[in-house]
Amino acid sequence: MFRFALTRIGMALPTLLIVAVSVFVLIRLIPGDPAQLMLGDLATPASLADLRGRLGLDQSLPVQFGIWFGHVLHGDFGQSISSQQAVLPLILQRFAVSAQIVLVAVLLASLFAVPAGVIAAWKQDSSLDIGLVSAATLLLSIPTFWLGLLLLLFFGLKLGWLPVVGYVSIAENAKAGLLYLIMPILTLFLHEMGVILRMARASTLEVLRLDYITHARAKGLSESAVLWRHAFKNAFGPTWTLIGLVLGNLLGGIAVVETVFTIPGLGRLLVDAIFARDYPVIQGCMLFVAFTYVLVNLVIDLCYPVFDPRVTAQ
Amino acid sequence: MSGDGTMTRSSTMSGERRLKLPAPNALVGGTLIAILLAAAGTGALWTPYDPLKLSFREKLVAPNALHWLGTDEFGRDVLSRLMAGAATSVWISILTVTLAVVMGTTIGLFSGYMRGWTDRVIMAFNDALLAFPGILLALGLLAVLGANKYGIIVALGIAYTPSVARVVRGTVLSLREREFIAASRVMGNGEGFTMLRHILPNCIAPLTVLATSMFGYVLLAESALSFLGLGVPPPAPTWGNMLAGSRPYIDQAAWLGIFPGLCISLTLLGINLLGDALRDKLDPRMRGSR
Repeated sequence: MFRFALTRIGMALPTLLIVAVSVFVLIRLIPGDPAQLMLGDLATPASLADLRGRLGLDQSLPVQFGIWFGHVLHGDFGQSISSQQAVLPLILQRFAVSAQIVLVAVLLASLFAVPAGVIAAWKQDSSLDIGLVSAATLLLSIPTFWLGLLLLLFFGLKLGWLPVVGYVSIAENAKAGLLYLIMPILTLFLHEMGVILRMARASTLEVLRLDYITHARAKGLSESAVLWRHAFKNAFGPTWTLIGLVLGNLLGGIAVVETVFTIPGLGRLLVDAIFARDYPVIQGCMLFVAFTYVLVNLVIDLCYPVFDPRVTAQ
Repeated sequence: MSGDGTMTRSSTMSGERRLKLPAPNALVGGTLIAILLAAAGTGALWTPYDPLKLSFREKLVAPNALHWLGTDEFGRDVLSRLMAGAATSVWISILTVTLAVVMGTTIGLFSGYMRGWTDRVIMAFNDALLAFPGILLALGLLAVLGANKYGIIVALGIAYTPSVARVVRGTVLSLREREFIAASRVMGNGEGFTMLRHILPNCIAPLTVLATSMFGYVLLAESALSFLGLGVPPPAPTWGNMLAGSRPYIDQAAWLGIFPGLCISLTLLGINLLGDALRDKLDPRMRGSR
């Protein structure tokens, strides 16, 4: 187990390094003086000279990367051009908003979709199965930005049950904060439920066809014992991986939902930074989300042996 | 008797198989995509009204006999804009998928065929790019390239290239050990010829499945980027920017938000159903696993 964890962490490190190189190169592809880009149009000659020295712009590109990555490892992601705030605290503040929505939505979606997918596979081709799969396919075909808009129209404007625009932090006002979070969470919950249900069903079907399941049935075990004790554990692996990918993808793609509900999250920070050409924030957001994505997948992989011990043997 | 019975039954079954209609998911998915392509084809050549023509006298008119899907805040016909938007979205998606397939196939073929250090270095970079959620990489590239039609094509094309390269490389790795590749070499064919004449055609089947599902992802990503204001700039219509433009009027003119979203959803549903049908066809083990 320890060796497996060490190997998996060892594999993630070069990926993180190449991700950092990619983000660094991406921003350096923009024509013009990097110091000018990072400070914006209002930069003074003195501040430009100071930043040029700090970034090592008179050095070779690998040295420049080393200097920049050294700053990143010390938590120095630079300063936002538009707000003049340090980038990392800004990102962490916005990340907390996005993360609570994504985590709750994916947790709820998994709690409902995984058992539903297993049951659909168990009752393959029954009307229950067809109904569940059709609903799941429909849900995953509706883009979150439209689903959000429809929920907003119905629950916010027509029924008036939930607040339409704005955001209140749960820390400031728990009740109001919760009301603002219901619709974004519901949007992601419905969409991701479709994605996870289909995967849970497909991977359970794969396992139910294997000989050891027939053997378990032949031993006279009850169907629920076969399904939950024997099939589920092996079938959950691909779904677990998918849940990790969904979490990471949502962090990158949540901007649309945050736009619909005007939530000041990480996605919106990135999009606003693109509009404002706030390159330190763009660079910081990309690096942060990509690192989080790699780390989430690492954690998912490290949890794998809990339900499939064969992984550590490999 | 039983032997005869089985024979009769199996011959009837094969007869049924020959006459069998396409699977329901293929039928529904195919119909939806056919409607999309017809709307996009027509929208590129003809629309009921000029999709860009302003008519302030007719602004925010609800669906009626003249304007079947109503008009927007500038009095522009929604149906005409949806048709023109379909043409733009389909065109962008086709170009993007083509770009990703060409770049990914070139990288995958080269990497898989060379193996060794070349393969390891290329795939390390490729996998690192896969570590970015597709839309995030596209957003980053748009920051560099600028938000416009060509920026979107290049950004999404690059963002989806690593997936293609992975699939092609995997296929090449398994193919290059096969006898017919060894035979090609023994016949004295050069590496380049073997790669293009014998390996590339065998990559087409997995690439077709990948390109079909990628078309859906790209269309969704393009709509999402346009919705964020980072896609095709107004007044040119796309489903995404029409949806974004509907937000301030959603209370008084719900049709502005409903129809573009419906178009995106039905297209994605069609692609998902077709993708399922295609996978069932190519992998009979998964038949019915949707």
